[in-house]
Amino acid sequence: MAAKTSDQAVAMTTPAAKKKKRSQRAELWRRFKKSKTALIGLGLLALVLVTAIFANQIAPHPYDGMNLMVRRQPPSAEYLMGTDHMGRCVFSRVVYGTRISLVVGFFAVLLSAIAGGTIGAISGFYGDKVDNFIMRIIDVVLSIPPILLAIAIVSAFGGSLVNVMIAIAIGYTPRFARVVRGSVMTIKEDEFIDAARVLGASDYRIITKHIMPNALAPVIVQGTLFVAMAILQAAGLSFIGLGAQPPTPEWGAMLSTGQNYIRDAWWMSVFPGLAIAFTVLSLNLLGDGLRDALDPRLKT
Amino acid sequence: MGNKLLEIKGLKVHYITEDGTVPAVDGIDMEIEEGETLGLVGETGAGKTTTALGIMNLVPDPPGKIVDGEIIFNGENLRTKSREAYRQIRGNKISMIFQDPMTSLNPVYTVFDQLTEVIKLHQKVGSGEALERAKEMLAKVGIPQERGEEYPHQFSGGMKQRVLIAIALACNPALLIADEPTTALDVTIQAQVLEVMKDLKKQFKMAMILITHDLGVVSEICEKVAIMYAGKIVEFADLESLFTNPSHPYTVGLFNSIPDPEEDVTELTPIKGLIPEPTELPPGCVFNPRCPDVMDICKGEFPETVELSPTHRVACYKYHKGIGGENK
Repeated sequence: MAAKTSDQAVAMTTPAAKKKKRSQRAELWRRFKKSKTALIGLGLLALVLVTAIFANQIAPHPYDGMNLMVRRQPPSAEYLMGTDHMGRCVFSRVVYGTRISLVVGFFAVLLSAIAGGTIGAISGFYGDKVDNFIMRIIDVVLSIPPILLAIAIVSAFGGSLVNVMIAIAIGYTPRFARVVRGSVMTIKEDEFIDAARVLGASDYRIITKHIMPNALAPVIVQGTLFVAMAILQAAGLSFIGLGAQPPTPEWGAMLSTGQNYIRDAWWMSVFPGLAIAFTVLSLNLLGDGLRDALDPRLKT
Repeated sequence: MGNKLLEIKGLKVHYITEDGTVPAVDGIDMEIEEGETLGLVGETGAGKTTTALGIMNLVPDPPGKIVDGEIIFNGENLRTKSREAYRQIRGNKISMIFQDPMTSLNPVYTVFDQLTEVIKLHQKVGSGEALERAKEMLAKVGIPQERGEEYPHQFSGGMKQRVLIAIALACNPALLIADEPTTALDVTIQAQVLEVMKDLKKQFKMAMILITHDLGVVSEICEKVAIMYAGKIVEFADLESLFTNPSHPYTVGLFNSIPDPEEDVTELTPIKGLIPEPTELPPGCVFNPRCPDVMDICKGEFPETVELSPTHRVACYKYHKGIGGENK
C-alpha cells in the first residue's frame, strides 16, 4: 500500500506537474496581462519611472537655469515646452518634477502602509476591545477630510516636501489600517492559522509570517491607487503654497505660478498639469489591473 | 506500554454566549497510554473537537472557557502551565492535524518552508539541518522530495493531508491528535492516508487520539474507543469489548445504524430523533429523549459511570445495581 502510494506520487510529479509548476508570480502576470488597460498603465508608469531616473540625461537644461532673455517663450525646438516667467525651460522642470512627485507619492504611501498595516493587523488580530479602541480613533481621523488634515499639519510644522510627505502619510494611515484589518480578520479564521498555533507559533510569528503575506494583495492594490492620490494631494498642497518651495520644480507649484500667466503663456501651466494627469492615470490603470489580477474570485 | 501518557479528569469546556452557556464538553474522563490509539467517536456537535482543542489549550476564548478539570500529560498538569510553556509543548510534544487539508496549509509558502518552520521553532537546528529533516519527513509520508519546492495549491487533497501529517510529526511528538483526518477525502485516498498514519504511528511509537464518526476507521486502527454524546463520554472501552459488547444504548444505536452488507436491507435503522440543542440539554441523561430503554430515573441526574470490566466503562442506569438489569 505504502509503495503504491509513493508510486502514484512520483507519477504525479512528472509531466502534469511540470505544466503546473508555475510560481504564483508567473500566474499573477498571466492574469495581469490579460487586461490591455493594465498593460498600458504599466507601460506609462515605466515611462514615468525612466523619466525620473534619467532626468539628468533627458532634461536639456538645468531646472533652475534662468535666462531672462527668453522669458515666456512659446514651445520651440530649443525649449520643447516653452519657458516660464524667469526664462527657465518648462520641459526640464517637468522632467525633474517627475522625481519629486514620485518620491513624495511613493514614500508617503509606504510610510502610511507600514504604520496603517501594523495598526490594522493588531486591531484585526486581537479584535474585541483592542479593535474597538483603535477603530474609534481611526474613525475620528477619517472624519477629517485628508486635504484639510494635510493643510493643518503642514501649516503647523512649516511648508516643506518632507512635511508634505508626513502629512499625507498621516491622512492615509487609517485607510490602510482599515483595509488590513478587514483582511486580517478574514485570514485569522482560516484553518492554517489554527494549524500554525497548534505547532506552537507565537502571536507575533502568526501575524508577521502567516497573516501579513496573505493580506498583502489588497494592500498592494490600495497602495498603487493611493500613490496616485498622494501625488495629486502633494501637487495640491504645493499649489496653495504649502509644499515645495521655489525653485523646486514641483508640478503643483509650477501650475500655481503658471495660472498667473495663463492668458499669454498657457504652456507654463498646461504641461505640468498634463504631467500630473499622465502619472495619475498610469497609476490608476495599473492599480485597476492589479486588483483584477489579484482578485481570487476571477481566478481561472 | 502501560505508562499513562495523558489522563483527563473531569474536563469541562463551556461556551458562554448571549443565548446561554453551552457545555460543549461536560466533565469527561479518559486516559491514553504511550503508543496507544484512542478513537473519539460521536456525532457532529458532540464535543470531540472541543475536547481536542481543550487538550491543546486552544479553545477559542471568548466564547470558550475551560471551566474545570485536569489534563495530566507525562505526569504534569498542563492546566497550570504558562502560555509560553504551552507553546513549547504544542507541535513538539503534542501535535494536531485538522479535518480539512485544503485550508490547513498557508497558501503563500512552499511545503518545505512550512515543514522547516516547525522544526526550527522547536529544535535548535540550522536551516540546512532542518531542510534535511524536512526531506526525510516527506519521504516518510510518500511524497517525492522535489515536490517540496511547490506550493500547496499544486497538491491534491490526499497529498496535502500527508504533508500536514509530515509537519505534525516533524518534531516527533509523543501524542498526535487527528481531528477527522480523512473526512474531507474520498474513500480510496482515505485508505491511503490511514495506512500512512498507521505506519508512522508504529515507527514513531507515538500515541494518537483519532477523532472520527466512522466506526469502520476506528476498528482499523484504534485500541481504545470513547463514545461521546452531547459533551459526555457515554462509553469508554477497548476496541474488542466495544465491538463485541456495545453497552450504552447510544453505542448500540450507532452499530444498528450500520447496514449489514450480507442482508438485503431496504431501510436503514437510524437512532430516532436528533442530537439536542446544545443550549437546551435535557435534564438527567442527555440521551434520554432518544433512548429506546429509557426509564424514569434517566430524567433525574446524569448516571454515574459503571465499570463493566477494567477496560470497559459505561454511563447508563441500565448497569446500575438495583435499577436496571444487572447485566444484559
